[in-house]
Amino acid sequence: MFAFIIRRILQFIPTVIGISFIMFVLLNVLPGSAALMTGGKEILSPEIVKKLEKKWGLDKPFHVRYLNYMVGLAKGDLGTSFIRGDKVRDIIGNRLWPTLKLAVAALAIACFIGIPLGFYSAVKQGTWVDTVTMVGAVSGVSMPQFWSALLLMYLFSVVLRWLPTFGYGNGDLKNLILPAVTLGIGYMALLARTTRAAVVEVLSQDYIRTAHAKGLSVLFINGKHVFRNTMVLILTTIGMQFGSLMGETVVVETVFSWPGIGSLMVDSIFLRDTPVTQGCIMLIIFVFMSVNLSVDILYSVVDPRIRYD
Amino acid sequence: MKRMGLGLVVLALVLGFYSADALAVRNGGTFQWIAPYGISIDTLDPAATSDDKNILVILNIHRGLFGWDAKNSTYKLDLAESMTADDDGLTYVIKLKDAKFHNGRTITADDVIYSYNRLADPKKSFASSHLLVEIDGAQAYLDGKADHISGLEKIDDKTVRIKFRNPVDPGFQLWRYGTAIVPKEAAENEDFGSNPIGCGPFKLQKWTKGVEIVLVKNPEFYEPRKPYLDKLIYKIMADAAARDMAFQAGELDANLLYAAQYEKFKNDPKLSKHMMEVPEMFTRAVRFNPNFTLADGRKPFSDKRVRQAVNYAINRELIVEKYAKGKAYPARGFLAPTTPGFDPDCMSYEYNPEKAKQLMKEAGYAKGFDLTVIAGTSTAYGAGVVEAATPFLKEIGIKVTIDKMENAVLYQKYSDGEFDAAIASHSSGPDPISIMYRFHSNSPRFKQRGETSQKIDSFEQIIDLAAATRDPAMRLELVKIANDILTEEAVLWFYNYNKAVIAYQPWVHDMEPVGVEMMYQHMDNVWVDETSPRANQK
Repeated sequence: MFAFIIRRILQFIPTVIGISFIMFVLLNVLPGSAALMTGGKEILSPEIVKKLEKKWGLDKPFHVRYLNYMVGLAKGDLGTSFIRGDKVRDIIGNRLWPTLKLAVAALAIACFIGIPLGFYSAVKQGTWVDTVTMVGAVSGVSMPQFWSALLLMYLFSVVLRWLPTFGYGNGDLKNLILPAVTLGIGYMALLARTTRAAVVEVLSQDYIRTAHAKGLSVLFINGKHVFRNTMVLILTTIGMQFGSLMGETVVVETVFSWPGIGSLMVDSIFLRDTPVTQGCIMLIIFVFMSVNLSVDILYSVVDPRIRYD
Repeated sequence: MKRMGLGLVVLALVLGFYSADALAVRNGGTFQWIAPYGISIDTLDPAATSDDKNILVILNIHRGLFGWDAKNSTYKLDLAESMTADDDGLTYVIKLKDAKFHNGRTITADDVIYSYNRLADPKKSFASSHLLVEIDGAQAYLDGKADHISGLEKIDDKTVRIKFRNPVDPGFQLWRYGTAIVPKEAAENEDFGSNPIGCGPFKLQKWTKGVEIVLVKNPEFYEPRKPYLDKLIYKIMADAAARDMAFQAGELDANLLYAAQYEKFKNDPKLSKHMMEVPEMFTRAVRFNPNFTLADGRKPFSDKRVRQAVNYAINRELIVEKYAKGKAYPARGFLAPTTPGFDPDCMSYEYNPEKAKQLMKEAGYAKGFDLTVIAGTSTAYGAGVVEAATPFLKEIGIKVTIDKMENAVLYQKYSDGEFDAAIASHSSGPDPISIMYRFHSNSPRFKQRGETSQKIDSFEQIIDLAAATRDPAMRLELVKIANDILTEEAVLWFYNYNKAVIAYQPWVHDMEPVGVEMMYQHMDNVWVDETSPRANQK
């Protein structure tokens, strides 16, 4: 097990090198210039643009810039933002916690509601409960986030005035609720559907029929046999979702003025602030890989048949 | 008796006016305001940015020798107490007000000289450094050919002499907030952009990156009694629909409206009472590339008649009304209505498709041609506008293809002159001469764009004359003529001037419609009355 973890962590290194190279090439061929974007609505003169590009080292050839970046990365230095002038590490550091908080809260909502709903709907297959749940799930997946965000905002902030419309506050729970619910709805629906499919599959297995024939209680069968056997699929879905969640918070972050990584990344792409874009991508990759590793380890916990030797 | 009665009424009215005025302004309270352009504020160092999203906060922390007077749409003295011109028309003596930085230190002439030299420092390559180029010797320093700006001289602690290289109006050169006066002891720190010390009405208290900037009253501000507010919070909110919700929920004291909300607010009898609108000095227009060549080798945009035909062919009033939902003013030419020198009776193009067809025929393009227009993502001056104009152009045979791209790419292509026609928002103020100078073949902008701008001799003579004229009234007369020449030459397809709109809560007073950029709100003028939910919040 320990050897497996070490091996997996070592695999991170070639992945990071490969992805960073692709990322560097793509951001390099992208037309547009950060220097031009510092002018706002004004188009800056070519002298200023040239000076700024020199200041940021953009006059150096591609391979030199890539090597410099990789050397920095090995030392844990993500570079300095062109436009903000701050260290990328600090910029991302400020936004990491809000995004993690939002992603975890959204996922918690998705799990605590989505999984039981999917389970219940599978057990009650074909009844009106099942139909209503699945219609709700399809609507949840289909609803654009900005739309559900505005509807929730209108109801809870403008009409009822229970929750603030926007912002991070001082990290208060009341500020977290609406963004987390908005983000959670889509994932909740997806989880409900996945759970239902997995449970329906397990319910048709022979060992479940045997368990019923043995006279075990339905509660025991569902709790012990069905649930445990669906966990691998559910865990995979959760893991994949959490990894991608980090980069998919942009709409919710923008609508709720939430200071997270998603909006930072998109903004930096539009401004051509490449060090920040690179930093965000590296972070998302890191989170994605770590979560996948944790899920792999968790597999062996929920399903003893899976062993890493 | 009758006369005495009238006198009493007048007296009462005058007293009433003054006492009402004196009573009305209220000190205290917190103002929740917005930073609507983008998801973050990048820097609070005035030198390091010329982007409005940062400047709208910067101008309430930092101040310079001059500032912008929104009421009269011209510059005003700010840190400068007085300004006297020497006979040569190039040298100005400026006396400073008694003012202090937020750290308590008194501002002297040395600070002015330091701030300007810092801004033009070639090693620092500041984004706002171009603001100083008219000062004698600034260009040499910027180019690394001198070790300081030679045109600045300290006379005594409170007086500085500035020499310009051309007979320009100093206020128009130096009112921009990038030229703010900063204290050396703070500005040399690497984190000055995050921990600014200025001399403006508000001091930075707390900056939560990507969330909000909290400013507090500077009790030692040089303008007596101001600012009125205790606290000013900029909420960073890029999403217009979310801002609208927050405003309706009373969480924002004022809001910048976009076209979608403007219609709703304008048609609501209650909301429309607390709205203000202004034509901003941004002219939305399509630029023609005179070098754009057809397959048969002809260059349609090098012919004035084709450019005029485009201006006659498109019904801009209809597009403004239907597409922009009335949140714009149809353009009459290059200069905006708030720019000094704008002439309401200037020549302009009416919608006249017959005349357009006639002009196309005269120019030899009766059958028209295919044209690709590059456009950005902005709803106000992007692909949507070109789409709305396309059927009108089809009427005169011009078949338009739209090449839509994000702004970073558009700016690059625009700057490199890689387009046949391009729609953009052009700054059209506040100094009419320097802003129109971009159409002069001597301007760096013209040289940079080279063949994509057309040289107009009559215009160049008039604008040169205007720049050399010291009588302000005469200057403005020449400006009007120059603007008419640009219109007649149809250098652009003139679409509209932005109508910037702010909605405010009933308890908010003395915000101003600012023509240079609506979000340039001098918050030291603003106050809130007792009915504000944050009236007593510190």
